[in-house]
Amino acid sequence: MNQFFFDYVLPVLIIVGQSLALLVALLVLIAYYLLADRKIWAAVQLRRGPNVVGPWGLLQSFADLLKFVLKEPVIPSGSNKGVFLLAPLVSCVLALAAWAVIPVHPGWVIADINVGILYIFAISSLGVYGIIMAGWASNSKYPFLAALRSAAQMVSYEVSIGFVIITVLLCAGSLNLSKIVEAQSGSLGLFQWYWLPLLPMFVIFFVSALAETNRPPFDLVEAESELVAGFMVEYSSTPYLLFMLGEYVAIMSMCALGTILFLGGWLPPFPVAPFTWIPGVVWFVLKVSFLFFLFAMAKAMVPRYRYDQLMRLGWKVFLPITLVMVVVVAGVLQYTGLAPK
Amino acid sequence: MTVAALFFYLFAAVTVASAFMVIAAKNPVHSVLFLILAFVNAAGLFLLLGAEFLAMILVVVYVGAVAVLFLFVVMMLDVDFTEMRQGFLQYLPVGALVGLIFLVELVLVVGVWATSPALVRAAEAPLVSADRITNTEAIGRVLYTTYIHYFQLAGIVLLVAMIGAIVLTLRHKPNVKRQDIAAQVGRRVADAVEVVKVKPGQGI
Repeated sequence: MNQFFFDYVLPVLIIVGQSLALLVALLVLIAYYLLADRKIWAAVQLRRGPNVVGPWGLLQSFADLLKFVLKEPVIPSGSNKGVFLLAPLVSCVLALAAWAVIPVHPGWVIADINVGILYIFAISSLGVYGIIMAGWASNSKYPFLAALRSAAQMVSYEVSIGFVIITVLLCAGSLNLSKIVEAQSGSLGLFQWYWLPLLPMFVIFFVSALAETNRPPFDLVEAESELVAGFMVEYSSTPYLLFMLGEYVAIMSMCALGTILFLGGWLPPFPVAPFTWIPGVVWFVLKVSFLFFLFAMAKAMVPRYRYDQLMRLGWKVFLPITLVMVVVVAGVLQYTGLAPK
Repeated sequence: MTVAALFFYLFAAVTVASAFMVIAAKNPVHSVLFLILAFVNAAGLFLLLGAEFLAMILVVVYVGAVAVLFLFVVMMLDVDFTEMRQGFLQYLPVGALVGLIFLVELVLVVGVWATSPALVRAAEAPLVSADRITNTEAIGRVLYTTYIHYFQLAGIVLLVAMIGAIVLTLRHKPNVKRQDIAAQVGRRVADAVEVVKVKPGQGI
């Protein structure tokens, strides 16, 4: 019995505890990132943004949560009920599942697997199912159009994200996210992170991440001037909340992925005394917040793309550039002897 | 080891059940969704075998890309399901015959199955020991050395299929307006706008 406890029960309890800690921290952070998103957007447009619930509107997200949870979910009679209710769950659970492999501090990761980056890539490529299922199951025209748009959009931009990831992997020589971060450490600090040597790829990654998470200027999936609210038209209360949550978790995981691949994860900007005193997780959150700020500013400043232009950017601009860059990076690494052993 | 066995039976049972539902489901979209579930569970089985790279590639390629296109096409089919189900029994003899032939072929193939002696030797003495390098590296080492020609050949087959699909579906319709992005970007204010000073009461 004792043996059984130490072999099976204890590890499971530890994993459950770690997952809960990460989940709670992530959800509280997201509540404030959502608020920050609205505040930044408001500030760009010279408005105040949410400022009524709590001091400076700090409790706005929690008020929204209560409101969503307490309202009645409306399920259209013509919908395919099972798939209709499964879709928000799929989108939210998949977005959260990606966080299992993200290291926020040296050793602070739930599953330190060898193929971490592939796992995140696989999970984020599944995110499109939530949208397609919702669009189809709603049995309504606007959601269906949104589902068709999202299927094409997310598959297209995954291709360029994949090639961007390959260039980083070539430099780091590992698929393990912790090892990718460690490969960026060095005496030069932030100039040794991959954003500088791979600057074009960082820009392409950022733009593709916007498209992959359906953020403006690529939010054609829910373009309110054309499709009302896209695939979410028929959703209300908690199912709608799950979509919103899934969307923001996906944005956060894209920011975290950008931080790990290009901004040195938990590493301090300079490996000298005052910077190294601050724990790695603080640097990680700061970097994720910086990327999220860029996401919010892009939302506030850039007008929405037209759909054919979106496809042109993905297939005719990003795909050739990333393909050439994979060859160039591999060649440079091979012939300068910089390739990791 | 019991946990691994438990998960094996879980993944295997869900894979078989969802594979059955792929052909049993009445709605084709449900069939595709069950197919996706089967793929994901097959990836779980790969994980249990320790082939994590294959598992992730299976999810990325089949679930993340191929099945999305399946779903895309099936969703857009305008099929009347009641009408489709009516002629089911009519095709049963032909379907049964095809199934029977396929079963016989499978039995014949499996009956004369023999493992190549080279493979047995390779399994006894792997190229590199599994605990020193990761699975991804191990696949990379044999894929780009021993099997490089097969790998290139597979790439050429895919390329030909891709070009074939484009050639078959590409149509240049004469009356469709197309964008010339270079011309749009290269347009200057001087080409498009003319500033005219108009005296009051005269017009242009």
